[in-house]
Amino acid sequence: MQQLLYFIKKFRFFLLFLILQIVAFYFTVQYHSYQKSKFVNSANAVTGGFYTKMNNINEYFHLKTDNQLLIEENIRLKNLLEKRVIDNSIVTTTVVDTMYTQKYEYTSAKVVNNNYTKLNNFLTINKGSNNGILPELGVINGRGIIGVIKNTSANYATILSILNSSSKINVRLKNSNHFGTLVWNGKDYNITQITDIPRQALIKEGDTIITGGKSLLFPEGILVGVIKDFKIQNNQYTQINIALFNDMSAIGHVQVVKNLEKIEQLKLEQKTVNE
Amino acid sequence: MNNLTLINIFRFIGLVLLQVVVFNHINLFGFINPLIYIAWIFLYPFRKNISLFLIVSFALGLCVDFFSDSGGINAAATLLIAYIRYPILKIVLKRSDIDFLLFNIRTVPFGKAIAFISVLTIIHHFTIFSFAYFSFNNFLSIVSNTLLTSFFTVLIIILGILLLTKKK
Repeated sequence: MQQLLYFIKKFRFFLLFLILQIVAFYFTVQYHSYQKSKFVNSANAVTGGFYTKMNNINEYFHLKTDNQLLIEENIRLKNLLEKRVIDNSIVTTTVVDTMYTQKYEYTSAKVVNNNYTKLNNFLTINKGSNNGILPELGVINGRGIIGVIKNTSANYATILSILNSSSKINVRLKNSNHFGTLVWNGKDYNITQITDIPRQALIKEGDTIITGGKSLLFPEGILVGVIKDFKIQNNQYTQINIALFNDMSAIGHVQVVKNLEKIEQLKLEQKTVNE
Repeated sequence: MNNLTLINIFRFIGLVLLQVVVFNHINLFGFINPLIYIAWIFLYPFRKNISLFLIVSFALGLCVDFFSDSGGINAAATLLIAYIRYPILKIVLKRSDIDFLLFNIRTVPFGKAIAFISVLTIIHHFTIFSFAYFSFNNFLSIVSNTLLTSFFTVLIIILGILLLTKKK
Protein backbone atom coordinates (compact mmCIF):
# COMPACT_ATOMS: atom_id res chain seq x y z
CA MET A 1 0.00 0.00 0.00
CA GLN A 2 2.80 2.32 1.01
CA GLN A 3 4.62 1.50 -2.17
CA LEU A 4 1.52 2.05 -4.28
CA LEU A 5 1.03 5.50 -2.75
CA TYR A 6 4.68 6.25 -3.33
CA PHE A 7 4.35 5.11 -6.93
CA ILE A 8 1.31 7.32 -7.50
CA LYS A 9 3.05 10.28 -5.87
CA LYS A 10 6.13 9.80 -7.97
CA PHE A 11 4.28 9.44 -11.26
CA ARG A 12 1.30 11.69 -10.50
CA PHE A 13 2.00 14.12 -13.33
CA PHE A 14 2.48 11.33 -15.81
CA LEU A 15 -0.75 9.68 -14.65
CA LEU A 16 -2.64 12.96 -14.99
CA PHE A 17 -1.13 13.43 -18.44
CA LEU A 18 -2.14 9.89 -19.40
CA ILE A 19 -5.73 10.28 -18.17
CA LEU A 20 -6.25 13.58 -20.00
CA GLN A 21 -4.60 12.17 -23.12
CA ILE A 22 -7.00 9.21 -23.08
CA VAL A 23 -9.94 11.61 -22.80
CA ALA A 24 -8.64 13.62 -25.75
CA PHE A 25 -8.06 10.43 -27.74
CA TYR A 26 -11.61 9.30 -26.98
CA PHE A 27 -12.97 12.59 -28.39
CA THR A 28 -10.78 12.16 -31.45
CA VAL A 29 -11.99 8.64 -32.15
CA GLN A 30 -15.60 9.80 -31.72
CA TYR A 31 -14.91 12.62 -34.13
CA HIS A 32 -13.72 10.16 -36.75
CA SER A 33 -16.71 7.85 -36.48
CA TYR A 34 -19.55 9.06 -38.61
CA GLN A 35 -22.43 7.49 -36.73
CA LYS A 36 -21.71 8.40 -33.14
CA SER A 37 -22.94 11.70 -31.85
CA LYS A 38 -20.11 13.68 -30.41
CA PHE A 39 -19.64 15.90 -27.42
CA VAL A 40 -17.10 18.36 -28.80
CA ASN A 41 -18.86 20.35 -31.51
CA SER A 42 -19.73 23.96 -32.21
CA ALA A 43 -23.50 23.36 -31.96
CA ASN A 44 -23.76 24.57 -28.39
CA ALA A 45 -25.01 27.82 -26.92
CA VAL A 46 -21.58 29.34 -26.22
CA THR A 47 -19.75 28.69 -29.49
CA GLY A 48 -22.92 28.99 -31.58
CA GLY A 49 -23.85 32.30 -29.99
CA PHE A 50 -20.33 33.57 -30.48
CA TYR A 51 -20.28 32.60 -34.14
CA THR A 52 -23.67 34.27 -34.64
CA LYS A 53 -22.33 37.54 -33.24
CA MET A 54 -19.32 37.30 -35.54
CA ASN A 55 -21.53 36.48 -38.49
CA ASN A 56 -23.81 39.47 -37.87
CA ILE A 57 -20.82 41.66 -38.61
CA ASN A 58 -19.50 39.59 -41.50
CA GLU A 59 -22.88 39.35 -43.19
CA TYR A 60 -22.79 42.89 -44.58
CA PHE A 61 -19.77 42.07 -46.69
CA HIS A 62 -21.62 39.28 -48.50
CA LEU A 63 -24.87 41.02 -49.40
CA LYS A 64 -23.87 41.33 -53.03
CA THR A 65 -23.03 37.65 -53.51
CA ASP A 66 -26.14 36.61 -51.57
CA ASN A 67 -28.30 38.70 -53.90
CA GLN A 68 -26.52 37.21 -56.88
CA LEU A 69 -27.32 33.71 -55.60
CA LEU A 70 -30.99 34.56 -55.10
CA ILE A 71 -31.25 35.98 -58.62
CA GLU A 72 -29.62 32.87 -60.07
CA GLU A 73 -31.99 30.61 -58.20
CA ASN A 74 -35.02 32.70 -59.20
CA ILE A 75 -34.02 32.48 -62.83
CA ARG A 76 -33.57 28.74 -62.61
CA LEU A 77 -36.95 28.26 -60.95
CA LYS A 78 -38.67 30.58 -63.43
CA ASN A 79 -37.21 28.58 -66.28
CA LEU A 80 -38.53 25.40 -64.67
CA LEU A 81 -41.99 26.96 -64.36
CA GLU A 82 -41.96 27.87 -68.03
CA LYS A 83 -41.21 24.26 -68.90
CA ARG A 84 -44.15 23.11 -66.81
CA VAL A 85 -46.56 25.29 -68.78
CA ILE A 86 -45.63 23.62 -72.04
CA ASP A 87 -45.89 20.17 -70.51
CA ASN A 88 -49.36 20.81 -69.16
CA SER A 89 -50.66 22.35 -72.35
CA ILE A 90 -49.90 19.21 -74.32
CA VAL A 91 -51.85 16.89 -72.07
CA THR A 92 -55.23 18.48 -71.93
CA THR A 93 -57.36 15.69 -70.61
CA THR A 94 -55.62 15.00 -67.34
CA VAL A 95 -57.83 14.96 -64.30
CA VAL A 96 -56.31 17.34 -61.80
CA ASP A 97 -55.56 15.46 -58.65
CA THR A 98 -56.63 17.64 -55.76
CA MET A 99 -55.10 15.47 -53.06
CA TYR A 100 -52.50 17.42 -51.14
CA THR A 101 -49.19 15.70 -50.62
CA GLN A 102 -45.90 17.21 -49.65
CA LYS A 103 -42.79 15.08 -49.66
CA TYR A 104 -40.12 17.60 -48.70
CA GLU A 105 -40.17 20.45 -46.26
CA TYR A 106 -37.58 23.23 -46.46
CA THR A 107 -36.31 25.36 -43.59
CA SER A 108 -34.07 28.32 -44.27
CA ALA A 109 -30.99 28.82 -42.11
CA LYS A 110 -27.91 30.97 -42.03
CA VAL A 111 -24.38 29.60 -41.91
CA VAL A 112 -22.56 31.12 -38.96
CA ASN A 113 -19.32 29.19 -39.28
CA ASN A 114 -17.77 27.58 -42.33
CA ASN A 115 -14.62 25.47 -42.79
CA TYR A 116 -13.32 24.28 -46.11
CA THR A 117 -9.54 23.92 -45.88
CA LYS A 118 -9.23 21.00 -43.47
CA LEU A 119 -9.57 17.31 -44.29
CA ASN A 120 -12.81 17.06 -42.29
CA ASN A 121 -14.91 20.18 -42.64
CA PHE A 122 -18.03 21.18 -40.75
CA LEU A 123 -20.39 24.13 -40.98
CA THR A 124 -22.53 25.57 -38.19
CA ILE A 125 -26.01 27.00 -38.83
CA ASN A 126 -28.25 29.12 -36.63
CA LYS A 127 -31.26 26.76 -36.51
CA GLY A 128 -31.54 23.80 -34.17
CA SER A 129 -33.97 21.33 -32.68
CA ASN A 130 -36.27 24.22 -31.66
CA ASN A 131 -36.86 24.79 -35.37
CA GLY A 132 -37.41 21.13 -36.16
CA ILE A 133 -33.88 20.42 -37.36
CA LEU A 134 -32.81 16.82 -36.72
CA PRO A 135 -29.59 14.92 -37.42
CA GLU A 136 -29.45 13.25 -40.87
CA LEU A 137 -31.25 15.94 -42.84
CA GLY A 138 -29.89 17.21 -46.15
CA VAL A 139 -28.68 20.78 -46.58
CA ILE A 140 -28.72 22.62 -49.93
CA ASN A 141 -28.63 26.12 -51.32
CA GLY A 142 -29.54 27.66 -54.65
CA ARG A 143 -26.45 26.34 -56.40
CA GLY A 144 -26.33 22.81 -55.06
CA ILE A 145 -25.79 20.55 -52.09
CA ILE A 146 -23.86 21.53 -48.99
CA GLY A 147 -23.91 18.52 -46.69
CA VAL A 148 -25.84 16.59 -44.06
CA ILE A 149 -26.83 17.69 -40.53
CA LYS A 150 -24.70 15.91 -37.95
CA ASN A 151 -25.37 17.33 -34.47
CA THR A 152 -28.07 19.62 -33.17
CA SER A 153 -28.58 21.66 -30.03
CA ALA A 154 -31.59 23.81 -29.13
CA ASN A 155 -30.67 26.67 -31.45
CA TYR A 156 -27.74 25.46 -33.54
CA ALA A 157 -26.77 22.57 -35.74
CA THR A 158 -23.52 21.38 -37.31
CA ILE A 159 -23.37 20.17 -40.90
CA LEU A 160 -21.06 17.45 -42.15
CA SER A 161 -19.89 19.24 -45.28
CA ILE A 162 -19.52 17.42 -48.61
CA LEU A 163 -15.89 18.48 -48.12
CA ASN A 164 -15.40 15.84 -45.42
CA SER A 165 -13.56 12.55 -45.74
CA SER A 166 -16.52 10.66 -44.24
CA SER A 167 -19.15 12.28 -46.47
CA LYS A 168 -20.80 9.90 -48.96
CA ILE A 169 -23.75 11.16 -51.01
CA ASN A 170 -25.64 9.34 -53.70
CA VAL A 171 -25.53 11.20 -57.03
CA ARG A 172 -26.24 10.39 -60.66
CA LEU A 173 -25.56 11.63 -64.14
CA LYS A 174 -28.19 14.03 -65.39
CA ASN A 175 -28.48 12.49 -68.85
CA SER A 176 -28.54 8.83 -67.82
CA ASN A 177 -29.63 6.89 -64.77
CA HIS A 178 -26.20 5.64 -63.68
CA PHE A 179 -25.60 6.21 -60.00
CA GLY A 180 -22.37 7.00 -58.18
CA THR A 181 -21.15 8.19 -54.80
CA LEU A 182 -19.88 11.69 -54.17
CA VAL A 183 -16.72 11.71 -52.02
CA TRP A 184 -13.87 14.15 -51.38
CA ASN A 185 -10.12 13.49 -51.36
CA GLY A 186 -9.31 16.51 -49.17
CA LYS A 187 -7.28 18.43 -51.73
CA ASP A 188 -9.17 21.22 -53.52
CA TYR A 189 -12.37 22.66 -52.06
CA ASN A 190 -13.83 23.30 -55.51
CA ILE A 191 -13.26 19.74 -56.76
CA THR A 192 -14.92 16.58 -55.44
CA GLN A 193 -14.77 13.02 -56.76
CA ILE A 194 -17.27 10.37 -57.78
CA THR A 195 -16.71 6.67 -57.21
CA ASP A 196 -18.70 3.56 -58.08
CA ILE A 197 -19.80 4.76 -61.53
CA PRO A 198 -20.34 1.54 -63.52
CA ARG A 199 -18.10 1.12 -66.52
CA GLN A 200 -20.97 0.86 -69.00
CA ALA A 201 -21.95 4.44 -68.20
CA LEU A 202 -20.87 6.83 -70.93
CA ILE A 203 -19.43 9.98 -69.43
CA LYS A 204 -17.67 12.94 -70.93
CA GLU A 205 -16.24 16.17 -69.66
CA GLY A 206 -18.91 18.76 -68.92
CA ASP A 207 -21.64 16.27 -68.01
CA THR A 208 -23.87 17.58 -65.24
CA ILE A 209 -24.07 15.65 -61.97
CA ILE A 210 -27.25 15.84 -59.87
CA THR A 211 -28.40 14.10 -56.69
CA GLY A 212 -29.85 10.66 -57.29
CA GLY A 213 -33.25 9.68 -55.98
CA LYS A 214 -31.79 6.77 -54.02
CA SER A 215 -30.79 8.95 -51.11
CA LEU A 216 -33.39 9.45 -48.40
CA LEU A 217 -31.92 12.84 -47.57
CA PHE A 218 -32.02 14.82 -50.80
CA PRO A 219 -34.74 15.27 -53.40
CA GLU A 220 -33.75 14.00 -56.81
CA GLY A 221 -32.22 16.50 -59.20
CA ILE A 222 -30.48 18.93 -56.87
CA LEU A 223 -27.47 20.31 -58.74
CA VAL A 224 -23.99 19.19 -57.73
CA GLY A 225 -21.45 20.05 -60.43
CA VAL A 226 -20.00 19.16 -63.81
CA ILE A 227 -17.41 16.52 -64.70
CA LYS A 228 -14.05 18.25 -64.97
CA ASP A 229 -11.84 15.33 -65.99
CA PHE A 230 -11.52 11.59 -65.51
CA LYS A 231 -9.14 8.71 -66.12
CA ILE A 232 -9.81 5.23 -67.45
CA GLN A 233 -7.78 2.24 -66.23
CA ASN A 234 -8.55 -1.37 -67.21
CA ASN A 235 -11.91 -0.29 -68.62
CA GLN A 236 -12.84 1.16 -65.23
CA TYR A 237 -13.34 4.80 -64.46
CA THR A 238 -10.87 5.96 -61.87
CA GLN A 239 -10.84 9.37 -60.30
CA ILE A 240 -13.71 11.28 -61.85
CA ASN A 241 -13.25 14.91 -60.78
CA ILE A 242 -16.31 17.11 -60.36
CA ALA A 243 -16.15 20.91 -60.44
CA LEU A 244 -18.80 22.02 -57.94
CA PHE A 245 -21.35 24.67 -58.88
CA ASN A 246 -21.17 25.92 -55.30
CA ASP A 247 -18.33 28.05 -54.06
CA MET A 248 -17.88 26.19 -50.79
CA SER A 249 -15.74 29.00 -49.39
CA ALA A 250 -18.63 31.47 -49.49
CA ILE A 251 -21.81 29.87 -48.18
CA GLY A 252 -24.36 32.29 -46.75
CA HIS A 253 -27.97 31.17 -46.56
CA VAL A 254 -28.91 27.51 -46.88
CA GLN A 255 -32.06 25.38 -46.86
CA VAL A 256 -32.47 22.28 -44.72
CA VAL A 257 -34.48 19.56 -46.46
CA LYS A 258 -36.70 17.32 -44.38
CA ASN A 259 -38.02 14.23 -46.12
CA LEU A 260 -41.49 13.77 -44.65
CA GLU A 261 -41.82 10.26 -46.07
CA LYS A 262 -38.44 9.05 -44.86
CA ILE A 263 -39.73 7.00 -41.93
CA GLU A 264 -42.44 5.46 -44.07
CA GLN A 265 -39.91 4.40 -46.69
CA LEU A 266 -37.42 3.11 -44.10
CA LYS A 267 -40.08 1.04 -42.34
CA LEU A 268 -41.26 -0.48 -45.59
CA GLU A 269 -37.70 -1.33 -46.62
CA GLN A 270 -36.93 -2.90 -43.26
CA LYS A 271 -40.10 -4.94 -43.39
CA THR A 272 -39.17 -6.18 -46.85
CA VAL A 273 -35.69 -7.19 -45.75
CA ASN A 274 -36.93 -8.97 -42.65
CA GLU A 275 -39.48 -11.10 -44.46
CA MET B 1 -5.46 35.88 -7.34
CA ASN B 2 -2.30 37.78 -8.10
CA ASN B 3 -1.20 39.74 -11.09
CA LEU B 4 0.38 36.77 -12.86
CA THR B 5 -2.77 34.65 -12.67
CA LEU B 6 -4.84 37.46 -14.15
CA ILE B 7 -2.37 37.97 -16.99
CA ASN B 8 -2.49 34.26 -17.82
CA ILE B 9 -6.31 34.18 -17.76
CA PHE B 10 -6.48 37.17 -20.13
CA ARG B 11 -3.84 35.63 -22.35
CA PHE B 12 -5.81 32.35 -22.45
CA ILE B 13 -9.06 34.04 -23.51
CA GLY B 14 -7.32 36.44 -25.87
CA LEU B 15 -5.38 33.71 -27.67
CA VAL B 16 -8.42 31.42 -28.07
CA LEU B 17 -10.48 34.29 -29.51
CA LEU B 18 -7.64 35.40 -31.77
CA GLN B 19 -7.27 31.82 -33.01
CA VAL B 20 -10.95 31.19 -33.77
CA VAL B 21 -11.84 34.67 -35.06
CA VAL B 22 -8.78 35.48 -37.14
CA PHE B 23 -6.29 32.67 -37.59
CA ASN B 24 -8.77 29.86 -38.34
CA HIS B 25 -9.88 31.85 -41.40
CA ILE B 26 -6.55 32.95 -42.84
CA ASN B 27 -6.24 30.13 -45.41
CA LEU B 28 -2.86 31.30 -46.66
CA PHE B 29 -2.14 29.67 -50.06
CA GLY B 30 -5.55 28.05 -49.67
CA PHE B 31 -4.84 25.77 -46.72
CA ILE B 32 -2.40 27.18 -44.13
CA ASN B 33 -4.01 28.25 -40.86
CA PRO B 34 -1.32 29.01 -38.23
CA LEU B 35 -2.21 27.67 -34.77
CA ILE B 36 -0.94 30.58 -32.72
CA TYR B 37 -2.83 29.75 -29.52
CA ILE B 38 0.04 27.50 -28.36
CA ALA B 39 1.99 30.70 -27.56
CA TRP B 40 0.26 30.40 -24.18
CA ILE B 41 2.32 27.27 -23.46
CA PHE B 42 5.59 29.07 -24.24
CA LEU B 43 4.74 32.08 -22.11
CA TYR B 44 3.40 30.27 -19.03
CA PRO B 45 5.87 30.51 -16.15
CA PHE B 46 7.43 27.38 -14.61
CA ARG B 47 5.80 26.61 -11.29
CA LYS B 48 5.64 23.75 -8.86
CA ASN B 49 1.97 23.16 -9.71
CA ILE B 50 2.39 21.14 -12.89
CA SER B 51 -1.04 19.50 -12.52
CA LEU B 52 -2.80 22.85 -12.92
CA PHE B 53 -0.67 23.64 -15.96
CA LEU B 54 -1.53 20.29 -17.59
CA ILE B 55 -5.25 20.68 -16.91
CA VAL B 56 -5.36 24.25 -18.21
CA SER B 57 -3.38 23.27 -21.32
CA PHE B 58 -5.88 20.49 -21.97
CA ALA B 59 -8.72 23.02 -21.53
CA LEU B 60 -6.98 25.43 -23.93
CA GLY B 61 -6.86 22.78 -26.65
CA LEU B 62 -10.43 21.69 -25.94
CA CYS B 63 -11.70 25.30 -26.24
CA VAL B 64 -10.17 25.54 -29.71
CA ASP B 65 -11.66 22.11 -30.53
CA PHE B 66 -15.12 23.28 -29.56
CA PHE B 67 -14.88 26.20 -31.94
CA SER B 68 -13.34 24.35 -34.85
CA ASP B 69 -15.34 21.09 -34.61
CA SER B 70 -12.27 18.89 -34.43
CA GLY B 71 -12.97 16.34 -31.70
CA GLY B 72 -10.07 16.18 -29.25
CA ILE B 73 -7.27 16.84 -31.71
CA ASN B 74 -6.09 20.19 -30.38
CA ALA B 75 -6.55 19.06 -26.77
CA ALA B 76 -4.34 16.00 -27.28
CA ALA B 77 -1.57 17.92 -29.04
CA THR B 78 -1.57 20.84 -26.61
CA LEU B 79 -1.47 18.52 -23.61
CA LEU B 80 1.46 16.65 -25.16
CA ILE B 81 3.61 19.75 -25.64
CA ALA B 82 2.65 21.03 -22.18
CA TYR B 83 3.94 17.76 -20.71
CA ILE B 84 7.22 17.71 -22.64
CA ARG B 85 7.89 21.46 -22.34
CA TYR B 86 10.23 21.09 -19.37
CA PRO B 87 12.42 18.25 -20.78
CA ILE B 88 12.69 20.03 -24.13
CA LEU B 89 13.79 23.25 -22.48
CA LYS B 90 16.41 21.36 -20.49
CA ILE B 91 17.77 19.79 -23.70
CA VAL B 92 17.76 23.10 -25.59
CA LEU B 93 19.51 25.06 -22.82
CA LYS B 94 21.91 22.14 -22.15
CA ARG B 95 21.91 22.52 -18.37
CA SER B 96 19.75 21.29 -15.55
CA ASP B 97 19.97 24.17 -13.10
CA ILE B 98 18.04 26.96 -14.74
CA ASP B 99 16.45 29.50 -12.45
CA PHE B 100 12.98 28.31 -13.32
CA LEU B 101 11.19 30.62 -10.93
CA LEU B 102 12.49 33.58 -12.87
CA PHE B 103 12.10 31.90 -16.24
CA ASN B 104 10.89 34.12 -19.01
CA ILE B 105 11.11 33.38 -22.70
CA ARG B 106 12.73 36.81 -23.23
CA THR B 107 15.64 35.94 -20.93
CA VAL B 108 16.59 32.92 -23.05
CA PRO B 109 19.11 33.67 -25.84
CA PHE B 110 17.26 34.41 -29.08
CA GLY B 111 18.50 31.39 -31.07
CA LYS B 112 17.68 28.97 -28.27
CA ALA B 113 14.25 30.49 -27.82
CA ILE B 114 13.56 29.92 -31.52
CA ALA B 115 14.78 26.32 -31.26
CA PHE B 116 12.60 25.72 -28.19
CA ILE B 117 9.50 27.19 -29.85
CA SER B 118 10.13 25.43 -33.17
CA VAL B 119 10.61 21.97 -31.67
CA LEU B 120 7.43 22.20 -29.60
CA THR B 121 5.47 23.68 -32.51
CA ILE B 122 6.53 20.92 -34.91
CA ILE B 123 5.63 18.21 -32.37
CA HIS B 124 2.27 19.91 -31.77
CA HIS B 125 1.45 20.27 -35.47
CA PHE B 126 2.59 16.75 -36.30
CA THR B 127 0.23 15.38 -33.63
CA ILE B 128 -2.61 17.57 -34.94
CA PHE B 129 -2.26 16.49 -38.55
CA SER B 130 -1.69 12.80 -37.70
CA PHE B 131 -4.88 12.77 -35.65
CA ALA B 132 -6.76 14.75 -38.32
CA TYR B 133 -5.82 12.37 -41.15
CA PHE B 134 -5.85 9.34 -38.81
CA SER B 135 -4.05 7.06 -41.29
CA PHE B 136 -0.46 6.72 -42.38
CA ASN B 137 -1.48 6.40 -46.03
CA ASN B 138 -1.35 10.17 -46.09
CA PHE B 139 2.06 10.39 -44.46
CA LEU B 140 3.39 12.83 -47.07
CA SER B 141 0.41 15.16 -46.64
CA ILE B 142 0.88 15.02 -42.87
CA VAL B 143 4.56 15.90 -43.06
CA SER B 144 4.17 18.68 -45.65
CA ASN B 145 1.22 20.22 -43.78
CA THR B 146 3.17 20.02 -40.52
CA LEU B 147 6.26 21.73 -41.86
CA LEU B 148 4.49 24.48 -43.82
CA THR B 149 2.04 25.36 -41.05
CA SER B 150 4.76 25.17 -38.38
CA PHE B 151 6.86 27.67 -40.28
CA PHE B 152 4.10 30.29 -40.25
CA THR B 153 3.07 29.50 -36.69
CA VAL B 154 6.63 29.98 -35.41
CA LEU B 155 7.03 33.16 -37.47
CA ILE B 156 3.87 34.73 -36.09
CA ILE B 157 4.47 33.62 -32.50
CA ILE B 158 8.02 34.99 -32.49
CA LEU B 159 6.91 38.30 -34.03
CA GLY B 160 4.10 38.46 -31.47
CA ILE B 161 6.41 37.76 -28.55
CA LEU B 162 8.97 40.30 -29.77
CA LEU B 163 6.39 43.01 -30.30
CA LEU B 164 4.04 42.42 -27.38
CA THR B 165 6.20 41.42 -24.42
CA LYS B 166 8.65 43.54 -22.51
CA LYS B 167 12.36 42.82 -22.74
CA LYS B 168 13.69 41.76 -19.38
